[in-house]
Amino acid sequence: MSGRISSWGARHLQALVSSAGHLVRSPLATILTLIVMALALALPLGLLTLVQNTRTATGDFSGAIGMSAFLKQDVTEAKARQLTSAVRGRSDVSAAQLITADQALAEFRKDSGFGVALDALQDNPLPHVIAVTPASAATPAGVESLQRYLSAWPEVENVQLDSDWVTRFNAILGVLRRVLVVAATLLGIGVVAIVGNTIRLEILNRRAEIEVTKLVGGTNAFVRRPFLYTGMWYGLMAGLTAWLIVAGALRALAGPAASLASAYGSRFVLAIPSLGELGLLLLVGISLGWFGSWIATAVHLHRIEP
Amino acid sequence: MINFEQVAKRYPNGREALSGVNLRVAPGEMVFLTGRSGAGKSTVLKLIALLERPTRGQVTVNGENTGQLPARRIPAFRRRVGVVFQDHRLLTDRPVFDNVALPLIVADSSLKEIDRRVRAALDQVGLLGKERLLPLELSVGEQQRVGIARAIVGRPPVLIADEPTGNLDPQLATEMLNLFRRLNEVGVTIVVATHDLHLVRESGLREVQLDGGQISNEPGAAAPLPHIEARR
Ligand SMILES: Nc1ncnc2c1ncn2[C@@H]1O[C@H](COP(=O)(O)OP(=O)(O)OP(=O)(O)O)[C@@H](O)[C@H]1O
Ligand SMILES: [Mg+2]
Repeated sequence: MSGRISSWGARHLQALVSSAGHLVRSPLATILTLIVMALALALPLGLLTLVQNTRTATGDFSGAIGMSAFLKQDVTEAKARQLTSAVRGRSDVSAAQLITADQALAEFRKDSGFGVALDALQDNPLPHVIAVTPASAATPAGVESLQRYLSAWPEVENVQLDSDWVTRFNAILGVLRRVLVVAATLLGIGVVAIVGNTIRLEILNRRAEIEVTKLVGGTNAFVRRPFLYTGMWYGLMAGLTAWLIVAGALRALAGPAASLASAYGSRFVLAIPSLGELGLLLLVGISLGWFGSWIATAVHLHRIEP
Repeated sequence: MINFEQVAKRYPNGREALSGVNLRVAPGEMVFLTGRSGAGKSTVLKLIALLERPTRGQVTVNGENTGQLPARRIPAFRRRVGVVFQDHRLLTDRPVFDNVALPLIVADSSLKEIDRRVRAALDQVGLLGKERLLPLELSVGEQQRVGIARAIVGRPPVLIADEPTGNLDPQLATEMLNLFRRLNEVGVTIVVATHDLHLVRESGLREVQLDGGQISNEPGAAAPLPHIEARR
């Protein structure tokens, strides 16, 4: 308090520094609170990183996903060839190959071992098929719209994605994103409650100081200021700790993730949260800390009157 | 400057500490408040400092009716009333300097000002050089003087002191009293509650005696209030 203070800004700075001092003076309690807060922040951050990474990964896979357009039985081979080149000409398609009914039957005969049984058939029951590879930049949504576009052609019976798991995976991802929002909200409330409770205890601890400050004419705002800063310090440090936890966890996961990705032929690399995300996290942490202490001071400070 | 009109104070536990007190202290006046323990001296001072509000009647200080002062104006009101508490009320985890500086800090004084005035106040109570000590490292009499320094550092127009010399040796007690008288000479209105009748008589200043919550030595000051009593 005997610091060099003159202006309003310097006074805030002084409150900021002295509130940090209070945290340092009771390290164990501070650290325990921080750990709980950091975990509460780390969980949604980890989940977010996971969802984002998975989205990148599946975006990568979907380019490799092909689809098969089954033509109607009555479509001639000449017409089929014409359609194949039309498909190939599209910008969202990187390759299109016609598998004629005869080729398909030959292949089937060879692979299935039903040769004799097939010989008994008079007509070839198989349709012509166009195997389509979407452009590598295509998103899951792009692949889907291509599929819908081709299905709408009158000559096309139906279009099947070579694997439906990507679609399913994206659905799971959608659910996961919703879980993330819910978890982040609940844990955010948790952080506010933790800070609020910590500040409440701090207020009780410093009751005498608050009383005397009010006795000599300290305003509520003056008494409140250091507690708000304490809450913000907690938020800032918890945010940093949460980031370290997530970055550490991702480092530990990087090896396994890389081998998993390469098993699926993906160039995907597990990304740690960016600096922008760190900034956002700290902002969220500070805001929650401020809000928690704001509530605690609003409830408890006015009860302390000399 | 200070005006009590038919003031009664009943504490939440039902104890009526004051009843029908009329007291007028003129600007620049210095008054002693005497009376036996439990007579209501501290209660009168608490009403002046707005640490309590009257149950009945009006207390006016610095032109403000304390019973009607909105909460947001209380801090400004308290800055204009310096208080020396019977139990010191120092912050035990802050050095002497910070304790004395508190009224200036909450009033947004500049640092140069704080430094100068805290030193001046400590000098006046004879504690210059002890700024860095914690209150518990001081004797009780020294703590009391830190409390006095804190009360006068903001140069309030009204100063009230509850037993400010209770733990001081006769010489120091006289010194503190002389300090109050010097402040009084430059216009500060002062009310001192004390048991030290010797000091009071020696000063030749006005003495207001309390007895059982009423003023007993000033005729008309504690007129009985039958109509109010009857209502209860
Ligand atoms: N906070 C309180 N709650 C309830 N009763 C109180 C409170 N403060 C004082 N009293 C009562 O009011 C009466 C007057 O108390 P007060 O403190 O004004 O006396 P005093 O004259 O200052 O005494 P002393 O000389 O011992 O300090 C006492 O009987 C006391 O029991
Ligand atoms: Mg008393």
